[in-house]
Amino acid sequence: MISPGKIEGEAIASTEPIGFYGGIDINTGIVIEKGHMLEGQSVKDKVLVFPNGKGSTVGSYVIYGIAKNKVGPKAIVNKETETIVATGAILAGIPCVDGIDIDQINTGDMLMVNADEGIVEKK
Amino acid sequence: MHLTQEEEQFLNGEHGEVTARLFRLLVRLGDIYEADEMIPVGSVQVAGVSYKSVGDPGLAFLEDIADQEAKVKVLTFLNPAGMDLEDWKEIGFPKDFADHQLRIMDAFKRMGIVITSTCTPYLAGNLPRFREHIAWSESSAVSFSNSVIGARTNREGGPSALAAAICGRTPKYGLHLWENRQPTIQIDVEADLSFTSDYGALGYTVGKQVKNKIPYFTGITNANTDHLKSLGAAMAASGAVALYHIKDLTPEADLVETKRLEKITITQKDIDETYQTLSKGEEPDIVILGCPHASLREISLLAEKVKDKQLKKPVWICTSRMMKEAADRMGFTQIIEKAGGKIVADTCMVVSPIEQMGYKKTGVNSGKAANYLPGFCKQEVVYNNINKLIDKVI
Repeated sequence: MISPGKIEGEAIASTEPIGFYGGIDINTGIVIEKGHMLEGQSVKDKVLVFPNGKGSTVGSYVIYGIAKNKVGPKAIVNKETETIVATGAILAGIPCVDGIDIDQINTGDMLMVNADEGIVEKK
Repeated sequence: MHLTQEEEQFLNGEHGEVTARLFRLLVRLGDIYEADEMIPVGSVQVAGVSYKSVGDPGLAFLEDIADQEAKVKVLTFLNPAGMDLEDWKEIGFPKDFADHQLRIMDAFKRMGIVITSTCTPYLAGNLPRFREHIAWSESSAVSFSNSVIGARTNREGGPSALAAAICGRTPKYGLHLWENRQPTIQIDVEADLSFTSDYGALGYTVGKQVKNKIPYFTGITNANTDHLKSLGAAMAASGAVALYHIKDLTPEADLVETKRLEKITITQKDIDETYQTLSKGEEPDIVILGCPHASLREISLLAEKVKDKQLKKPVWICTSRMMKEAADRMGFTQIIEKAGGKIVADTCMVVSPIEQMGYKKTGVNSGKAANYLPGFCKQEVVYNNINKLIDKVI
C-alpha cells in the first residue's frame, strides 16, 4: 500500500508514464502533455492507471493540487510507484496501489481498488 | 518499521490531519528504504522555496498547509528563494514573480519556519553538531554538514523535509547509519589548489567520475571552509555526492575504513582541462559569485578587489541575509556598490530568473553554478577564479 483507502471507479489507463508537472492541468485535471496517449482527457473522478511517474518533483504538488481542486483521480494504480507519485498521493489522500499488472486493465473497466490490502479487481 | 506510541498517534490523526499525512509520507519513504525506525532530528532545511522551482502548485500546497495551522517542531531553515526578499525591486526582479515568492515566504513563516533562505544554514545560525541527525535538503548544505561537520543527513526533497520539520522525525536509513558512511573510492589529488574555483573544478571533475560514491581524498592539505563548501557543492551538482572524507581534515576521516579502495588520481592537467570544459566563452556580461552563498571572508575579498575601482559589467555576490548584515556593518556593501556591484541576499543565480533579466553569458567561480547555469538559466558560462573574473570587467 502506498496510500490507504477503498473505492470503486472507472479506469482511465495509460501504458505510458505520466509527468504531472506540465503534464496535467492543475485546474481542470485534463492531460495536457503534447503527444501523450491521454492528451485531452480528464482524470477527474477516474481510477488513473499508469506504469510509473516521470519528470519534475513538483509533480507531487500537482497531484495534491488536482485533488484539492476536486479534479483529481479517485485512485491511482501503478506498476511501480516512484517517490514523486507516492509523495503526491499520500499528501493528497488519494488511495494508491503499486505492484499491479496494469496490462490487464483498459480504459472504461470498472475497478474495485482496495489500497489498504494492495488489491485491484475488475468488476 | 517500529513506531513509538507517539508516532502511532501521529499516524492515527491524533495530532491532526496534516501531521497524519506528512508522517505517513515519512513512514512510506522509510519502508521503501528499509528503515527500522524513526529518529528525532535536531534541525531541518526545507527545499522547494523558489517560485521558479515550485510554481503555482507548490505555492498552493504550502499555503494550504499553513492555513491548516501546522507548525514545525524543530529549528527549520529554508533553501534560497527566487529573489532578494528585500531589495528585489532595485535589483530588477519582476513584480509578478515577487508577489508569488513573498506569498511562499509568508506560508513558511506561518508554519514557524525561520525565513532565512540560504544554502549555507551553517553560516547563518543553524549549526548542527558532530553526529547529530538532521534532515536537510540543499545538496551542498547536505554535503557540508555530512562531510565537514560530521552531522548525519540524507538529501531530502521538499515534502519529505517539511514532513520531518512538522513531525520532528526522519526515517533512519542511508547516511544516518554509520555503515553507510564508509568511503567507496579514493581520490589522490596531485594538483596545486589555491582558489575556490580550483576546488570547484576538482569537485566538478570528481563528481562526474564517481557519481554517488563516497570519496576519500588524499593530498588536500590546507583547505578552509570556503574551499570545502565549493568542493562539496560541485561534487553534489555534477555527481550526487552527499558525503566525502579528506585525510587529516574532516572529522570522520580517521574513523572510516580506507583499505582496499578503488583509486583515482587527479592531476594539475585534469584541473586545467576542467576549467576549459566549463568555460564556453571569454567575455561575461555579468559576473555572479557566491555559489554556495558567500561567507563574510569571500565578501571581504571581493570588496578588497573592487575598492575605488569602477566595474564595466554587473558583479553580484550572493549570500545569506546574515552575512549581508555583517557586510553592511563592515562597509563591504558600500565599497562593492560604489564600484557598481551588488550584494544579493536570500537567493542565488541558479534559482533566480536571470535569463528573464537579459543576461546571456555569466562569469562564475563555482563548479556547481557552472554545472547548472546552462540548463536552468540558459547561460553560457565563463569559468575562472575571482581575480581573473574581476579583471575582465574592471
